[in-house]
Amino acid sequence: MSKVIESSGVSKKFGTIQALKDISFSVNESEIFGFIGPDGAGKTTLFRIITTLLIPDSGNMQVMGLDTVADFKDLRRNIGYMPGRFSLYQDLSVEENLNFYATVFGTTVRENYELIADIYSHIEPFKKRLAGKLSGGMKQKLALSCALIHKPKLLVLDEPTTGVDAVSRSEFWGMLRKLHKHNITIIVSTPYMDEAMRCDRVALVQSGRILSIDNPQMIKQGFTRKLFSVKASGKYALITALRQYPGTVTAYPFGDSVHVTFSGNRLENSVFDHLKKMGIENVQINETEAGIEDRFLELMEKDVTA
Amino acid sequence: MTNNTVISVHNLVKKFGSFTANDNLNFEVYEGEIFGFLGANGAGKTTAIRILSGLLEPTSGEVTVAGFDARKQAEQIKKNIGYMCQKFSLYEDLTVKENITLYGGIYRMDKKLIKERSEELLEKLHFREYENRLISDLPLGLKQKLAFSIAVLHEPRIVFLDEPTGGVDPITRRQFWEMIYETASRGITLFVTTHYMDEAEYCDRISIMSDGKIVALDTPAGLKRQYSAGSVEEVFVKIARPSPLGESLSRNSGRLG
Repeated sequence: MSKVIESSGVSKKFGTIQALKDISFSVNESEIFGFIGPDGAGKTTLFRIITTLLIPDSGNMQVMGLDTVADFKDLRRNIGYMPGRFSLYQDLSVEENLNFYATVFGTTVRENYELIADIYSHIEPFKKRLAGKLSGGMKQKLALSCALIHKPKLLVLDEPTTGVDAVSRSEFWGMLRKLHKHNITIIVSTPYMDEAMRCDRVALVQSGRILSIDNPQMIKQGFTRKLFSVKASGKYALITALRQYPGTVTAYPFGDSVHVTFSGNRLENSVFDHLKKMGIENVQINETEAGIEDRFLELMEKDVTA
Repeated sequence: MTNNTVISVHNLVKKFGSFTANDNLNFEVYEGEIFGFLGANGAGKTTAIRILSGLLEPTSGEVTVAGFDARKQAEQIKKNIGYMCQKFSLYEDLTVKENITLYGGIYRMDKKLIKERSEELLEKLHFREYENRLISDLPLGLKQKLAFSIAVLHEPRIVFLDEPTGGVDPITRRQFWEMIYETASRGITLFVTTHYMDEAEYCDRISIMSDGKIVALDTPAGLKRQYSAGSVEEVFVKIARPSPLGESLSRNSGRLG
């Protein structure tokens, strides 16, 4: 299987800020590869290097066998890019935007329409509407259509689901999965941990470095300790009480429970006594499977102390 | 948490031309509550929040915030609330200390109180070393914590948080929510919108808007039971349908469809 992206030791600095440090990874053909990490991790900088918009300070970035610096012109024809802030002309209509993108890449809307048909069908009824008047979810579908209109081999999506509601996010990922059939390689960045599970492989990134790369299942299983889910009445009081228990190593709120690891890696009865003493009622503690976010938190902690 | 009502909304309607952004909303928010306000993009959340924070007048209905009428006493509302918006509200080219002082002034706090609260804030957040740093030099997580602390600097009765945790790392997000908990325990009411469904679980009660109406309002546990769902996200996906045109339409009185 050929590598669509091959990155070796890529680094980039902006003034005193080390945006990317020694980034090495590869992406296989037809993969959906995710970069998961918070703002400031370096995702956008990395994507700009991959799409030939930025030159790295050191290291080498090969995309589809071409160098992103020397061969940028050839590469640009074959990449579809959906940057973080919507890439649409707000004062052009839906169909005007699509036509514009097709023309710029030397093709027509009709030429590759079957690729975007599923996606575009949701917004086609509004094709005369100005792009600026669409909701976030609709803009996102249009931006994706525009990024695909020239049938690129590599699709680069920079935080396509940020600020969009859960329903639209879910629909969007459904659309990405379908693109798979067309042999398009997709790299996508997101701060949403749950989206990691929808990728073939992910890289967890933080502060310009990659903390881990693997398929999401393996990353989850990389969690090094036993994880416990604690529920009780009164979330704030529960977390405070857990943090005061001497056997607690980490305690993080996770929705309606608190995820805890204990020293000695097991649950002692003394924790129930402690919580009772602190006035916490209806305590339930169960061992639970670590999710990708638990693992990310663990890696972040290790990264800080390293 | 007592049962004093700090926000009271009865039959709220807001129209922009022929488009109804808020369609007969009815709900109450209690003192010290963490109230989650969810909905798909285009559901009408931003319009409702702008009315609640005294920035927009209702078309009809009664809205009372912190004891003041949203139509006749909008200025009073503004003085009694805190507001933290999505990409923070700090001045990037001023320092941490300068921002605190500036906002203290905007809230009409007296100098002595500003100094006192400023010291407290810097100690509590362990921000001493950043006191004279420009906001633009701070990492996102710190900016966010600071923005929140400034939004409650004047100890308002209610704080509106509009997607306060967008894009921040998972550790900082959780620390931020602990700050929210701690603030609620002091009796301040928090009205939060978020797209992170797990954060909805941290709220005491949540409402879900869809197409201008409130389609659900209950505790997270209550909603999960009602919809036989394992998570708030599942409930959301079942009942919140995104609108194709969204609230951007509210900027003109355009036709629908």
